[in-house]
Amino acid sequence: MSTDSGTERPPVNGWYELFSRGSRDWLRHSDKIREAVREHLPQIVAGSDIINHGARTVRVPVRMLEHYRFRLRESGEVQGVGQGKAKPGDVLGQGTPQSGQGQKGAGGKERGGTELLLEFKVDDIIDWLWEDLKLPNLQPRVGPSEESEWKREGWDRRGARSRLDRRRSFKESVKRRASDSSSPSFTDEDLRFRQLTRRRQPTMRAAVFFLLDVSGSMTERDRQLAKTFFFWVAAGLRREYRSLDIVFVAHTTDAWEFNEADFFKVTGTGGTVASAGFAKVSELMQSRFNPASCNVYLFYASDGDNAPDDRIPARDELEGIAKAARYAGYVEISADTPRSTLSDTFALFQEIAAAGLPSGRFSIAGPDDVAAAVRHFFAAESQAAHGAAPGSGPEAAP
Amino acid sequence: MTREWRDHVPRIEELARKLGLQWSPVIFEAVPDSFMTEIAVYGLPVRMPHWSFGARYIYQLVQRHMGYSRLFEVVFPGNPGHAYLASSNGLADNILVTAHVLGHADFSNNNLLFRRCQDQGSEHIVEHAASHARQIERDIESHGLNAVEQVLDAALSLEQYIDVDQVLRRERYPEYLPAAAQPADDAFRARFAALDAGVAAAAQSRKIRAPLPPHPERDLLWFIATYAPEMESWERDIFLAVREESFYFYPVYATQIMNEGWASYWHARLLREADFIPQAAYLDAIKCHSDVVRPVAAGEQVALTVNPYHLGFTLWEAIVKKSGIDAARRIMREDDDFSFLRNHLTRDIAADMELFRYQRQQNGPIKVVAGDIEALRESLLMEKYNFGAPRIAVAEVRNDGTLILQHDSKLDGRGLDPERTRKVLEYVKRVWRRPVLLNTVDAASQPMELAADSVAAA
Repeated sequence: MSTDSGTERPPVNGWYELFSRGSRDWLRHSDKIREAVREHLPQIVAGSDIINHGARTVRVPVRMLEHYRFRLRESGEVQGVGQGKAKPGDVLGQGTPQSGQGQKGAGGKERGGTELLLEFKVDDIIDWLWEDLKLPNLQPRVGPSEESEWKREGWDRRGARSRLDRRRSFKESVKRRASDSSSPSFTDEDLRFRQLTRRRQPTMRAAVFFLLDVSGSMTERDRQLAKTFFFWVAAGLRREYRSLDIVFVAHTTDAWEFNEADFFKVTGTGGTVASAGFAKVSELMQSRFNPASCNVYLFYASDGDNAPDDRIPARDELEGIAKAARYAGYVEISADTPRSTLSDTFALFQEIAAAGLPSGRFSIAGPDDVAAAVRHFFAAESQAAHGAAPGSGPEAAP
Repeated sequence: MTREWRDHVPRIEELARKLGLQWSPVIFEAVPDSFMTEIAVYGLPVRMPHWSFGARYIYQLVQRHMGYSRLFEVVFPGNPGHAYLASSNGLADNILVTAHVLGHADFSNNNLLFRRCQDQGSEHIVEHAASHARQIERDIESHGLNAVEQVLDAALSLEQYIDVDQVLRRERYPEYLPAAAQPADDAFRARFAALDAGVAAAAQSRKIRAPLPPHPERDLLWFIATYAPEMESWERDIFLAVREESFYFYPVYATQIMNEGWASYWHARLLREADFIPQAAYLDAIKCHSDVVRPVAAGEQVALTVNPYHLGFTLWEAIVKKSGIDAARRIMREDDDFSFLRNHLTRDIAADMELFRYQRQQNGPIKVVAGDIEALRESLLMEKYNFGAPRIAVAEVRNDGTLILQHDSKLDGRGLDPERTRKVLEYVKRVWRRPVLLNTVDAASQPMELAADSVAAA
């Protein structure tokens, strides 16, 4: 009676073949984790394996989210009932017994501590990191690499069918019939097509110099932090600006230009002569990018120790760059413990800022500061705070 | 599902009827293993969406993949009942499972706790849950996923806080205290009333507003849905939907040992007495039976848990042997796991089953302890009290709308985990929309007040 064949259902057409609630809710769970992880952006950004291996994704170990319930506090004592050959006094090992298994439905226990690896696309991380960030003091400069773009402009009686402007054509028809009500409702004469024209546009040309101190005093950790900073800046800038040149320079007592791949692998030994680096940047700037037609930026990363006798030359070189550039940023890679006095280079950049030249400084003491450093230099509000208003720099006539 | 299996179903049913089982019709359906997993995770074939189910689903899926456990069937009581069978079951599995399902159907049709909860309107729980799920999908469309999820976060985290002694559709508390009984035959009062009718009537009609709640209220889902100061009506409906489903889950939870034992007893007995099952299938089915009711995992000497199938099965065998099937049926009707274990798990049976109690002090070794049968029973039942959740009740709603919850730390033996509690209070605060406080005790048993974790609210 209970299982007559009328109740038998076709075996394949169950809706559950097509749709899995479990998977749907699992995706929702993953989305929630992603939101939660986003709040830990600094830790993800600090993961250095992205730079070294050129991976397009980052793996982050995360815990499963817990749906909280009221629970008694852990008492440290566990007791329960087992089964098998055991007599009072027997020791059954150190492990924590699994209690309360086999509960179904409402009584089910959440399981904590299950870890899973989530993959994040580097592009997504750039999205989060670079939300509302932009180059400071960027100004339109008409340069040699002027952009031209196709723009819509005007109408014509001939054109490709896809560019037919129906509203406009209809208007023409109405106009014509207003003067002559006996004419047909539509003629070829009424058709109007949108036209395109080439427009020259002033470009936002920009060149960004990354200058890295690779002298002996920069430890492996220091270099790694600086490169991590440069990596995210480069990635973000490339996405935000189409025509952007990034120049990679490293210096010890001498300075060299590198291509991008080598720059992120560069190591060095020897003393620190900051002026050598600044001179190289200056030379490249003059030969390749005319500051009058190009926004030039300098970002310099160092541990702040410069050769004592290099103070004056470094100051002169930097001042020269800062006067021509839109902005000069300094990232100091400091030790875990903050130093009691200002480093030479930090003081140097302070001097520049005091002279009214657009510049900024930031100390990175550990991996978690990298994201903050990026925000510091590129967030709109902090740019306003620096007083680096467009007029304050030396102006070259556009 | 094999046709061969279908042919066996009427014969198994006929035999079961002859042996005295009474059940409402059951609809059998063979479903893929992944769907079986979903049913086990959600507790119902179609249920409201929530991310926490997703997390449990993946966990289960991994467990299944690693071969830790396998589901043969899930039965839902009702009229008609629904039985879902894994389509990977073989013929022998399915014969066994059919007999097992009939045992469950008989149980849920006769056990008083099940009957009571079904009479409250859950006789069509599968359909009701599906309609709740549909309604919540509509809510998501009109109010957005985040708004609905906030309500579900709160409602599902309070899932166990119902009061099955109350009816499903509860009335609000009376708003005023009952008027004190008037001794009408008092001579003075009679004269006083005669003096000035208006004054006497006014004195009588002065009503006193009842405190809210009038007594500690443990039906948190109902209380919040009914008395939250600013809840939207669709939010209240979600709370009541979760509550209705909990009314269905409670008997399943509170009779698990009895119910599984009863079904195992009957599948074993039906198999034994059925003469129509092919020899090969019979042997396979018997092997499957012994896997299901096995006390200790293969290759191990000692288990730190007790298999509820094995415990229930052993107890029912002993009861039938001692008092006969009629007495067993009466016990099946009247008991739940608490009374069942206390009345029928005797010292002898525990010794035969080699049950023992163990303890582990702070980071120490797990030690088997001697103990009497009372302690053993309590250990088995301890986790099941109050739907497996700490005892928490509404103590008071202050004039400003603050909700005060009280944890019964004396009965539970210790205080609540403060971190988790704050998170749950945060869930609740989002729907209560006024401050929410909870009183419990800290590690040193000193009173402690917990409030919603305001950091998480930001």
